[in-house]
Amino acid sequence: MRVNIEVNGVNYSEEIEPRLLLVHFIRDQIGLTGTHWGCDTSNCGTCVLWLDDLPVKSCTVLTAMADGHRVRTVEDLEQGGELDPVQKGFMQEHGLQCGFCTPGMLMTARALLDRNPNPSDLEIREAISGQICRCTGYENIVRAIRWAAANSSSNGALDVAEVAQ
Amino acid sequence: MTTTENQANPIGFGRMLRKEDARFLRGKGNYVDDLNLPGMLHGAVLRSPYAHARIKSIDISAAQAHPKVKAVITGEILETLNLAWIPSLSHDVVAVLATDKVRFQGQEVAFVVAEDRYSARDALELIEVDYEVLPPVVDAKKALDKDAPVIRDDIAGKVDNFIFDWESGDKAATDEVFANAAIVVNQDMLYPRVHPAPMETCGAVAYMDPIDQKLTIYSTTQAPHAHRTLYALVAGLPEHKLRVVSPDIGGGFGNKVGIYPGYVLAIVGSILTKRPVKWMEDRSENLMSTSFARDYHMKGSIAASADGKILGLRVDVLADHGAFNNTAQPTKFPAGFFHVFTGSYDLMAAHCSVRGVYTNKAPGGVAYACSFRVTEAVYLVERMVDRLAQELKMDPAELRMKNLLRPEQFPYTSPTGWEYDSGEYPRALRLAMDIAGYEELRKEQAQKRAKGELMGIGISFFTETVGAGPKRHMDILGLGMADGCEVRVHPTGKAVVRLSVQSQGQGHETTFAQIVSEVTGIPPEDIDVVHGDTDNTPFGLGTYGSRSTPVSGAAAAIAARRVVDKARIVASAMLECAPEDLEWEKGRFNIKGDKSVGKTMAEIALGAHGTVELPEGVEGHLNAECVYDPPNLTYPFGAYICVVDVDPATAKVSVRRFIAVDDCGPRINPMIVEGQVHGGLADGVGMALMEVIAFDEDGNNLGASFMDYLIPTSLECPSWETGATVTPSPHHPLGLKGVGESATVGSPPAVVNAVIDALAPYGVKHADMPLTPAQVWQAMQGAPYRTDLAIQ
Ligand code: FES
Ligand code: FES
Repeated sequence: MRVNIEVNGVNYSEEIEPRLLLVHFIRDQIGLTGTHWGCDTSNCGTCVLWLDDLPVKSCTVLTAMADGHRVRTVEDLEQGGELDPVQKGFMQEHGLQCGFCTPGMLMTARALLDRNPNPSDLEIREAISGQICRCTGYENIVRAIRWAAANSSSNGALDVAEVAQ
Repeated sequence: MTTTENQANPIGFGRMLRKEDARFLRGKGNYVDDLNLPGMLHGAVLRSPYAHARIKSIDISAAQAHPKVKAVITGEILETLNLAWIPSLSHDVVAVLATDKVRFQGQEVAFVVAEDRYSARDALELIEVDYEVLPPVVDAKKALDKDAPVIRDDIAGKVDNFIFDWESGDKAATDEVFANAAIVVNQDMLYPRVHPAPMETCGAVAYMDPIDQKLTIYSTTQAPHAHRTLYALVAGLPEHKLRVVSPDIGGGFGNKVGIYPGYVLAIVGSILTKRPVKWMEDRSENLMSTSFARDYHMKGSIAASADGKILGLRVDVLADHGAFNNTAQPTKFPAGFFHVFTGSYDLMAAHCSVRGVYTNKAPGGVAYACSFRVTEAVYLVERMVDRLAQELKMDPAELRMKNLLRPEQFPYTSPTGWEYDSGEYPRALRLAMDIAGYEELRKEQAQKRAKGELMGIGISFFTETVGAGPKRHMDILGLGMADGCEVRVHPTGKAVVRLSVQSQGQGHETTFAQIVSEVTGIPPEDIDVVHGDTDNTPFGLGTYGSRSTPVSGAAAAIAARRVVDKARIVASAMLECAPEDLEWEKGRFNIKGDKSVGKTMAEIALGAHGTVELPEGVEGHLNAECVYDPPNLTYPFGAYICVVDVDPATAKVSVRRFIAVDDCGPRINPMIVEGQVHGGLADGVGMALMEVIAFDEDGNNLGASFMDYLIPTSLECPSWETGATVTPSPHHPLGLKGVGESATVGSPPAVVNAVIDALAPYGVKHADMPLTPAQVWQAMQGAPYRTDLAIQ
C-alpha cells in the first residue's frame, strides 16, 4: 500500500507492507536511525517520536496509521544549527551515557515543556516514566529537563551551541 | 544559570562535558542496528520452545522455498563447517545451533537469511522441528539428584550435571574459629538470576568480502580484540583478515562480553550468501538466551564474639550455570572473585566452597556489572553482618564501625589471599551517616514504629575488586588481561589516543582525553580518542569488570608519560641545554629557574617532526605506546545507606532516600563518576525489588519480556544523594581505581537490609530478592518463598 507521511517537514510517498511498524519505516525505509527499537512489548520507550504533536511509541503504531499525518523525530530538534534546550540540558547535566534511550527521552521532554514550561520534579518523572534508561538512574535526566526549563527563555541565555560544536 | 563554568575545559581532570554527546543528542549515534550496508540481508534465529528436548528432525524445505529467503542454516549444516559447537569462555563448549538436543528454552535451532527483517521472521514459521520433549532440570538444588536427567550427554561419559567444585580459604582454621565463637549465625540466601538487559539488544553485521576474503564483523561487543582472536582460533580464519568493529554500544553491563551464536550465524550467513548479513535479536531473545548474571544459592555462617567482634565467615555456594558453562571468568577462578567475600572487615579466618551445576537454563553468568562475582560476595557478607546485628541487637552501623579495616592495616592481605591496596573505610561510613543524618533517621524510625508505620534503614559497606589482570593470574581463554594504548602527538601539538578498551556509555572519548591531558598538558579538546575497531587500536581485553580506568587508563597514563619524557629530550635539543636542566610545568618545559625560557608541547611537537637535530639514538616524532599489565587489582570501596518505607497494607516498598559515598581514588571527571554511580544504584534498586528471571516446572522462562522482567523507571528511583572520599591506589600511575560497577555491587544489600529492617516488627530475619510486594507480604506472614521458581 502507499502512504503519504510528512517526516520532519519532508513529504514521503512510500510503498509499504500494511503490517510495517512505524519504527521500522522511520529507521529502515526513511533511514532516520535516531529513533531506536528496544523491546517487543511497548515498555521501553526508546522508539518515542511525535505523531502530529503527540509523543507516541512508534513500535506500537502501524505505518499505515500515520498516513496523512506528521511525524517528528529527534533529528528535527536542532533548528538552524542551534540545539534545542532539551538537547543542551542533557549535555549540561550529563543526562545520557550510552545514548540509546536519549532520542526518546528528548522527544518526551520537548513535548512536556511545550505543554508545561515549568514542571516540578515529580511531573518530569511522571512524563518519562514510560521510558527506561538503564544507564543514568534518571536523576540527571530530571536535572537535564529542569535545566532546559530554566534556560528556555528567548533572552539569549541559549548561546551554548558551541559546546556541542 | 550561566554555562560559562562548563565552557572552559579543564587541562586534565575535572568536570567536562562529554565529547560523544554531540552525536547522540542529534540522533546520529552509530549503533549496530543503524548500519545499512549495500546489499545487506537480514537474519533471524529459530529458537526452542522447550527447555529440554531431543531434536528428531528439522524440515527446512518450506522455508527455503520462501521467495525472499537466501539461506537456511541448521546445526547439521554447521557441522559440515565444524562450527556447530564453539568453545565457551570457561573451557566448555556452546552449541551455535542445536544438533542433538535443545537444552534451554530459547536455544538457537536454525537461522534464516532473507531480504528483509520481516521475511526472515516469516520464514521461521515455515521450519518444522520434530521434538521429543524430555524432563528438564529446573531446580538447581535437584541438579545432582541421582535420578536427575543428564543435560550434557554430548560430553563423552557424562552421567550427572556436575561442573566443578572449588574452594578458597583455610577450612580447618575457620572451623576452629567457629567452634570457639560465642555467637554463630547461619543464613541461607539466594542471589537470583537477573539479566543485564541493556537498552540495545545484541546484534551483528558481518561481511565477508568475496574478493580479498576479509571478514568485517560489526557487533555489540565489549571486547572486540578478544572476539577477533577467538574467531580466528575457532573458525581457523587468518587474524589479519578479520576486523571486529564495536561501534556505538547501547549499554553493555557484561551482557556483551561473550560471543553469541547470532554473531557466528551472521558470519556464516555472509560467507554463504556473499552479502552482508545483519542479525539483531529482539528483547525476548535478549532476555531468554544471552548472558544472565548471578544465580548463586548461598549458605552463609558468621562467627563473632559476644560483644560483636566478627571472627569468621564461611559460605557454601551452589552455582547455577545453565546448560553450558559459559561464565567469563579467569581460568584459575571458576567462581570469579567470589572469594573476596570477607568484604571490608578484619576477621581471623574464612572459607568458601562453590559447586557449579548444569540446569536447563540459558548459559552465561558473567554479566550485569558483576565484577567477576564480587556482587554476590558483597551481598553475602553485608547480609550476614546485618543478620549478626539482629542477633546481637546491635545497631548495624555500630557493628560495622567496630569491625571495618582500619587505614593503618593497608595494604591488607585478606584471609583468602587478596591484597587490598588502600582504604580509609571508617571515614567513608561516617560521611555517609552524616549525609543521611543517621541518628535522626533512627529516631524517626522509632516514632514511626510506635505508630505502626514501617520504615527501614539499611547500610552496606563494600569493597570492590577490579582492574583485572595481573595477567599471570588472570586470562580469558588463555589471553592475558593486559591492555594496550598508543598516544600519537601530531606536528601541531594535537593528539590521538588509541585504546584497546571500548565504551558502552562510560564516556571514554572524554575521560581518556582527560587522562592524556592530565599527563601531557595538551587540552582534552585537542585529543581524539579512537576505540572499538581492531584495525585501528592496540590489542587488549576490553571493557568489563570496571577495568578500563585501572588497566587501560594506566596504559594511557604511562604512554603519555613516555611522550613527555621524549618531549624533554626534544625540548633540550631545541633549547640547546641538558634534559635535566629543564623543568616540567603542565604543558611545557622551562629552563630551571627561568619560566620565561621554555617550549610548549605544541612547539616541541613541531620540533620533533622538524629539522631539530636530536641526540644520537633518539628517533623523531612524538609517539609512545604502552602495554599495561597491572601489578595488582584495585579496590574501590564505599558506604551506602538506603531508607525505605513499606506500606503495611500492600507490602509495597518505596525507596525514600539513597545515600552513596564512593571512594574510587581521584576522579577523572566527577560528573561522569557520579553518573556511573547513579546508574548502578538504579540497578541495585532493580535487583533488590523487582528484577528476576524465574522458571516454571517445565523450564519456561518467566522473565522473557519487559512485561515480566521489571526494570526500575523514574518513579521507582529516588533522587540519589552522593558523596566522595579520595584514597588513591598506590600502584596505579595516577592513583585511579575505577568505578563503573561499584554501585551495582554495593547497593542491593543496602536496599534489602533496609527492607528487612523495616519488617523487624514482624520478626522477619531474611527474605530473598526481589522484594516484590508479594514476597514482602509473604515474609510478613512468616513464609517468604523461593524466587527462582514459579510462585507456588
Ligand atoms: S521499542 Fe520499546 S516501547 Fe517501542
Ligand atoms: S543512556 Fe543508556 S539507556 Fe539511557
